[in-house]
Amino acid sequence: MTSLDLPQGTLDLLILRTLLPGAQHGWAISERVQQVSGDMLRIQQGSLYPALHRLERRGWVKAKWGVSDNNRKAKYYELTRSGHKQLASETESWRKLTSAVSLVLEGD
Amino acid sequence: MSVLSDLRFRMRALFQRRAMEEELEDELRFHFDEEVEKHRRAGLTDEEARRMARLAFGGQSQVAEDCREARGMSLIESVLQDVHYALRQMKKSPGFAVTAVLTLALGIGANAVVFSVLNALVLRPLNVYQPERLFAVEHKEHADYWQSYPDYIDYRDHNSTFSGMAAYYTTDVAVVIGKQAVKSYGYLASGNYFDMLGERPAIGRFFHASDEHGQNSTPYIVLGYDFWRARFNSNPQVIGTTVNLNAHSFTVIGVAPRDFHGTELFFWPDYWIPLVDAPEIGCGPDYLAHRDDRNFWILGRLKPGVTPEQASDDLNAISRRLAQLYPTADDDLDARLVRPGLMGDVWGDPIRAFLAAIMAMSVLVLLAACANLGSIFAVRAADRTRELALRLAIGASRARILRTLLTEAVLVSVLGGVTGTLFATALLQILSRWRPFVDFPIHVVAQPDAKVYALALLLSVGSGLLFGLLPARQIWRTDAAQAMKGGKSAGPALRRFGMRDILLCVQIALCTLLVTGSFVAFRGMERSLHTPLGFRPLGVTIAETELDMGGYTEDQSWPVEKRMAQEAAQIPGVSSEGLIDRVMLDNDCCAKESVYRQGTTDFRSSQRSFFAHFFYASPGYLATAGTRLLAGRDFSWNDETNSPQIAIVNARFAHLLFGDTPAVGRHFELFNGHLKEIVGVVEDGKYNSLTETPQPAMFFPLAQGNSGSDTALVVRSALPPAEMATALNRMMNGIDPNIPLTVRSWPEVLDLAFFPARAATGALAVMGLLAAMLAVTGIFGMAAYSVSRRMKELAIRVAVGARRTQVIAAAVGRPLMLLGVGSALGLLAGVVASRLLGQIVYQANPSDPVVIGGAVLTMVFLGAGASAVPARRALSADPSRLMREE
Repeated sequence: MTSLDLPQGTLDLLILRTLLPGAQHGWAISERVQQVSGDMLRIQQGSLYPALHRLERRGWVKAKWGVSDNNRKAKYYELTRSGHKQLASETESWRKLTSAVSLVLEGD
Repeated sequence: MSVLSDLRFRMRALFQRRAMEEELEDELRFHFDEEVEKHRRAGLTDEEARRMARLAFGGQSQVAEDCREARGMSLIESVLQDVHYALRQMKKSPGFAVTAVLTLALGIGANAVVFSVLNALVLRPLNVYQPERLFAVEHKEHADYWQSYPDYIDYRDHNSTFSGMAAYYTTDVAVVIGKQAVKSYGYLASGNYFDMLGERPAIGRFFHASDEHGQNSTPYIVLGYDFWRARFNSNPQVIGTTVNLNAHSFTVIGVAPRDFHGTELFFWPDYWIPLVDAPEIGCGPDYLAHRDDRNFWILGRLKPGVTPEQASDDLNAISRRLAQLYPTADDDLDARLVRPGLMGDVWGDPIRAFLAAIMAMSVLVLLAACANLGSIFAVRAADRTRELALRLAIGASRARILRTLLTEAVLVSVLGGVTGTLFATALLQILSRWRPFVDFPIHVVAQPDAKVYALALLLSVGSGLLFGLLPARQIWRTDAAQAMKGGKSAGPALRRFGMRDILLCVQIALCTLLVTGSFVAFRGMERSLHTPLGFRPLGVTIAETELDMGGYTEDQSWPVEKRMAQEAAQIPGVSSEGLIDRVMLDNDCCAKESVYRQGTTDFRSSQRSFFAHFFYASPGYLATAGTRLLAGRDFSWNDETNSPQIAIVNARFAHLLFGDTPAVGRHFELFNGHLKEIVGVVEDGKYNSLTETPQPAMFFPLAQGNSGSDTALVVRSALPPAEMATALNRMMNGIDPNIPLTVRSWPEVLDLAFFPARAATGALAVMGLLAAMLAVTGIFGMAAYSVSRRMKELAIRVAVGARRTQVIAAAVGRPLMLLGVGSALGLLAGVVASRLLGQIVYQANPSDPVVIGGAVLTMVFLGAGASAVPARRALSADPSRLMREE
């Protein structure tokens, strides 16, 4: 099964969207994205964690330590208020972009 | 929100680096373990599951590194990096670094010193409880600060706006401790003085209002802390013992706290004695009694919630009532509140005005320094165009480069600020220890405090940003590709009028302004030194005696005084001699009395013709002092107590009373109808201060009046003052060794009178010197730079046979032109600011040709000197060698 390369700038959007239902740790985020996308999208750990840290620095997510399902200490990420806003605006622009792109592709 | 979280994150990254690294490791390991677990659940063996996980994971350390990078470099880390870079840059050009740091050290040091003095004298209130509610009560007329004791009592008892009101005055009675008489300075203070100020004694107790039971009822003395330490070896047993003041015993009841130095910033008392004892220590029985005998200063504390305006209205209502009740003494009484500490506005106004002006000048010095550094930085930025372009090309942002350069500028300025502040602190320490007069308790304590350090830091960073930002435009416009293609000579040097030119011009203008200011001050000083004093102090020695302290009553004084004059005449080398009760321009000169026209019967002050200084002098005094007699005669030894009451008046006096008609032979009246006949008219003089307008003055025969206690023997001689002093001491010892005696030359006495002018001139001279130094560095820097940039061009000019003048014009023409323009602007500004300068410096006149000529000559010399070295370098341009280079 082949997976798609993530277009530039969509990783943040995917992470933020995945955190919308509630706090998650990194591994769960990558599993969730993979699962929901029907294995089409895979986030490499090498890009997931730097992205999470970047989002934390920007104040869009905040991190706290919690206990995982199998009773291990894990770092959970959660959307902040500005993270919610960011998600809304990024979703909006993604929709605009994709519809514009498809208009072009289906034109003539 | 985002900025805050960013900052918090970065701070954590910096300070909790270890914790964050561990957390990162934990987080990544958790991920790895979950991955392994997933594969195992899918049925893989342990080993295979691990292998799969590792494959998916990639290099863990790489991930960790990427995470660190995502967190961003901490602000402080990057600032440290900038600082490191800036230090490396400075190390590469130490000459530049040292010049820049020193330039700023001068600018900021000057500001720190001036601000400290300003802070100590003007901004910082008296060191007492709630000083902001303390006010001195002065009359409405400017610098009329004195109040009579009865008026004080009425103000104190009938006002409704002050929670307390005290009266005080300074005195200089000799204190006898054991057998030794010590000349010392104290305050006469009302009983409530300490309580009103809210002071607590260091040991013992203070006197209170309840201790006062009428005149001479309270023989107590409170010692100042320093006096107690110096004279009583900090002995606590001193409480309860007695000391002698003018042959009267005073009981030591307490010692003031160490940090309390009275209520006049310049006059630190050695002791306080109750004001009701003033008559006893030689002030005379009328000192407290007469309503028109104004001898005291009043200090009041406002009740909470009362504004100064309300309080002054309240006091003026009392004044009006007093004027009705006592029309003779008080019909001109009124009140005004002023800030205490500097003798009301007697000293307060000129000191405040002077300090404000000097502060403005030191800010100008700093601005000139900033302009100087700004142009240096612009030059350096231009020289580094290629390096900057390279950095832009490899991806550095313009903002980052600007920040790097700003860091360098701020670093330089902070180093300069620290150096300047250290230098200022040292200078202030000397100033604080400095006692300009041995026999007068002037202290200028200006220790830098938090405010001063804050100002120095603010100025440093501010000026760093100011001159660091000047070349910013240049960086902003740098086009990487263009700059790297272009050679060294491309760029702003070819523009007609660059920012550097403007900066240098501004700098020169500011410096010229300051140099002009210094010249104005010097000129004013010189003039005030040569202003006609109405006497010729050179060659005059003065022996001041205190006959009452020697045990002489007023009746007994005259024969002794006569004998002093007779014996002085016998001293070899003495050409003339005389006696007078007050020495002109000495610190306790002078007293004034009301003068009325002959025939006056109503002695209310509205009927008064004017106030006149009065002196009691012996025959021969005028000749000895060198005061010229314009008409009539001097006193003679025949003008005795019972002979006709006569006076000699000065020209101003005669003019005020009689216009241009002759005054000799005419009469005037003093208070209560004492008629005086004028027998002589003398030239006008300076009596109280050098800056006073011509004042009326009158002299009475020493034999015909209450000569008081102080009599000065005035002797003119060609002998050296020291020799004369020895002879006078020996002579007085022969007359009566118990008479307290101070022998000084008249010029020595005048030191105090000249002090303000000298201090002002000194301060202005320092500013001028700083400005001159800045002008030199500015011109030199500009000329040297332009020569070094154009060596090749100059060499070509030399090679094709340019004349020396042409080479020089090409090399340093522009800096010299800027010097001319800047100087002209500065001179213009100096003339415009003349009114301000005139207020600071006595007889300042900036349109004086000597001032303008001096300033122009100074700038020309500075310019010539500063551009001489670069010009010589230009002349020595060796074409063959230079052409081979590059």
